[in-house]
Amino acid sequence: MSVTAATRRPGDPGPAAPGRPGGPPARLARPPLRGLRWLGWALAGGLPLAFLVVFFAYPVGAIVGRGFVTDGALDLSGFAEVFGRARTWRVVGLTLGQAAVGTALAVVLGVPGAYLLYRTTFRGRGLLRAFVVVPFVLPTVVVGVAFRSVLAPSGPLGFLGWEESFAGVVAALVFFNYAVVVRTVGAFWADLDPRAEQAARALGATPWRAFTSVTLPALTPAIASAAAIVFLFCATAFGVVLVLGGLRYGTVETEIWVLTTQMLDLRGAAVLSVVQLVVVAGVLAVAGGARRRRERALRFTAPRREVPPLALRGPARRTGDVVAAAVTGVVVVGLLGLPLGTVLVRSFREPGGGWGLANYVNLGTTGGRNTLNVTVWEAVATSLRTAVDATLVAVLVGGLVALVVSRRPRARGAARAVRLFDALFMLPLGVSAVTVGFGFLVALDRPFGLDVDLRTSPLLVPLAQAVVATPLVVRTVLPVLRAIDARLHDAAATLGAGPARVLRHVDWPVAARSLGLAVGLAFAVSLGEFGATSFLARPDRPTLPVVIFRLIGRPGAENLGMALAACVLLGAVTAVVMALAERLRSGGEQW
Amino acid sequence: MDSSRTERRRRAPRAARAAAATTGVALALAACSVVGRAETGGGGATAGSGGTVVLVTHDSFALPDELVAQFEADTGYTLETRAPGDGGALVNQLILTKDAPIGDAVYGIDSSFATRALEEGVLEPYTAPGAVAEYAVGDGLTPIDVGDVCINVDREWFADAGLPEPVTLEDLADPAYRDLLVVTNPATSSPGLAFLLATVGAFGEDGWLDYWARLRDNGLKVAAGWSDAYYVDFSGSSGEGDRPLVLSYASSPPYEVPDGVTDPADAPTAALLETCYRQVEYAGVLAGAANPEGARAVVDWLLTPEVQAAIPESMYMYPVTDVPLPDSWTRFAPLSPAPHQVPPDVVDANREQWISAWTDTVIG
Repeated sequence: MSVTAATRRPGDPGPAAPGRPGGPPARLARPPLRGLRWLGWALAGGLPLAFLVVFFAYPVGAIVGRGFVTDGALDLSGFAEVFGRARTWRVVGLTLGQAAVGTALAVVLGVPGAYLLYRTTFRGRGLLRAFVVVPFVLPTVVVGVAFRSVLAPSGPLGFLGWEESFAGVVAALVFFNYAVVVRTVGAFWADLDPRAEQAARALGATPWRAFTSVTLPALTPAIASAAAIVFLFCATAFGVVLVLGGLRYGTVETEIWVLTTQMLDLRGAAVLSVVQLVVVAGVLAVAGGARRRRERALRFTAPRREVPPLALRGPARRTGDVVAAAVTGVVVVGLLGLPLGTVLVRSFREPGGGWGLANYVNLGTTGGRNTLNVTVWEAVATSLRTAVDATLVAVLVGGLVALVVSRRPRARGAARAVRLFDALFMLPLGVSAVTVGFGFLVALDRPFGLDVDLRTSPLLVPLAQAVVATPLVVRTVLPVLRAIDARLHDAAATLGAGPARVLRHVDWPVAARSLGLAVGLAFAVSLGEFGATSFLARPDRPTLPVVIFRLIGRPGAENLGMALAACVLLGAVTAVVMALAERLRSGGEQW
Repeated sequence: MDSSRTERRRRAPRAARAAAATTGVALALAACSVVGRAETGGGGATAGSGGTVVLVTHDSFALPDELVAQFEADTGYTLETRAPGDGGALVNQLILTKDAPIGDAVYGIDSSFATRALEEGVLEPYTAPGAVAEYAVGDGLTPIDVGDVCINVDREWFADAGLPEPVTLEDLADPAYRDLLVVTNPATSSPGLAFLLATVGAFGEDGWLDYWARLRDNGLKVAAGWSDAYYVDFSGSSGEGDRPLVLSYASSPPYEVPDGVTDPADAPTAALLETCYRQVEYAGVLAGAANPEGARAVVDWLLTPEVQAAIPESMYMYPVTDVPLPDSWTRFAPLSPAPHQVPPDVVDANREQWISAWTDTVIG
């Protein structure tokens, strides 16, 4: 039976990209209205590009540019000066080291988690899926306090001696990014055809060999995607590095922060920003290469969709299940559970001593002796409203980017342009929030000479968050769109369907399934974003992470208790949003 | 092929339903978006008779709503606030946006960055009538409030250990107090920088680094920020840390006093008043302000007795004018009678160099 969209699963890499060796099927009839079609694609590509230029490239270029201009003339002496410092090399080395080890560990630990949560069923799976995403959104200042109380000499893991160490920083990076691997790889794995692995087993391969030689290569595109995102998050981690490692383990990101906000050394900061961009571009190129090689080589279909129950005991016991359950158990309990548990338990300790709900009751107030000017609930409302706007923008922009990138033009130049387009939208993940925040202030007073001061717009916060959320939307929707057999587009066009109709009947039904997850991730990013938001949020309308930051920055048991309770609330809101998004996704699968 | 075609036909309406559902959810959500209920900012069209005045401040700015309403009623201006950062970040942003200021007035420029703000020309020459001369730095900045950064002590810990509480900076380097002190990093935290300046003030430009070397050898711990020093490493407060001496503020102790305790001798923590550095916060009119008159009105307003009296509980600082302090503050949070100080222009000339030297000595 031939493969059609109807039997294809989302996440399949899809065979037959036109333009690959072997050649595309000849187009039989030219679609009508060629000019209009061209205009449509130009719009689909142009809108996101304009968004990226105005809200990312232009501000970042403006602030970095200031570092290279002295008295109106280009001055690149900063490079020699910054690279002449021994500290710079150490910082670059530490950044790469931390990000590489953090990413490797997140992948090694995350892949078993993805298997457990997406290829087996067991009671409480939905709950666990939502739980693992919580760390992703928690404010670093609270996680820092939680991690340090676990790792401090007086804490439960004090014997490890991980306080202010490379290991402590890496553990925290894995804590934050574990969910990215589990989600991205899991969603892909769920749709992978298990028959190839079953065939290998039937031919006598051990489970381990079948996994390494059949399944793992098939997962490579998803793993490469996840690893690229995690690497970018790790390489630009800021708060957690400062709190857990101190400046001794400073990274390019913390260095940019200190240079920009404390020293006003724009020249040094600009050089480091360029270094950051180069590193990010390199990582994207490597990850993109790994993804493309695998995507071309794979051909899958998955007619079956039932997922076997977890088999840990009895005759049906599978070693893989046991390993996955053990690894995931250790991660969930030890790595995620201990710090989260610390926050949760301490949130129930009442300011006057004893245990109870006082901190949660206090969320309706403005803090011990009015630390805040809004109640925590008002901040929750602000956060949710902001997240709605950010999500709408991110899904629109990210969806269009994914759509454009999912098409693979035949011409070599156009194909390269599409790849570049794809990489461009990943860049915001790799650039410092300080650079973006300062860039907004410098550049958006009269953007492109227009008489609008965007810096004062209430839309600035959601737009800044959307810039960060867009890459996640692209990485979620794109694999699904790529799974659509390009011959279907050709067939539909041949049968006389216009481009809009092709989109509606071929692309949309498939893409809609991934939208749930994309919406969930974008929402989570927006809820948790602190870096850029802290430079832009208005003091009379703070978001939840900003409020938590203020509370924990004040003395008194009442403020600490409220900060922890607000943190639990943020985690709970995120978990609920992710669970709903999950429902939208699995619902989509049934459709 | 047949089977797949029927399957596809069966799917189409469901996909349409999914699309409709998604759109519906999106629209419902959009109804509660920020855009939906945004007030137009900065335009002045919606403002009171005098227009809008924008106050740029630090992110811990908070004053009671009644006071703001009173200001708006009295002057006819509508007050808006922006908080693009704290301490150094705030001043550096003002410098970067000098040609197109993000507001009319500024409040929260700290004494260690005051000279830089003045020299970079981000301020109009205006000082409010009645400005306190003691903290004057130059025309353009009006002192509004002060605060002391001091070592705080967990008194219960010392009582239990049978050890007298330390008193001076010198005591902190005494081997009897080994492994007991946690401070914050001056490169990443504003109290950390203040404490560095306290040691410069106390030991002079030639002696302060030696003092830090002794502190380091005496088991000093350095945290990145105030929150984790105070809530993780400090044994007082609600923390379970193992260090009874922490860098904090003179204003911190009242927040640790349980209800019903009125005698300062019974407070669980106290500030060591001989280890303090005095920070001063200033306000001013931004050069190139769209509404300079409104900005002057804001600076004047910050010096009124009502605002001054509200500052302690709202912003944890001490008013610069002579207004009564809250009862718990008079009892538990006295200011240092003789804080260490370094002239703002000396701070400005040496800040980066001192931070580097500190990093080399203490962090390595």
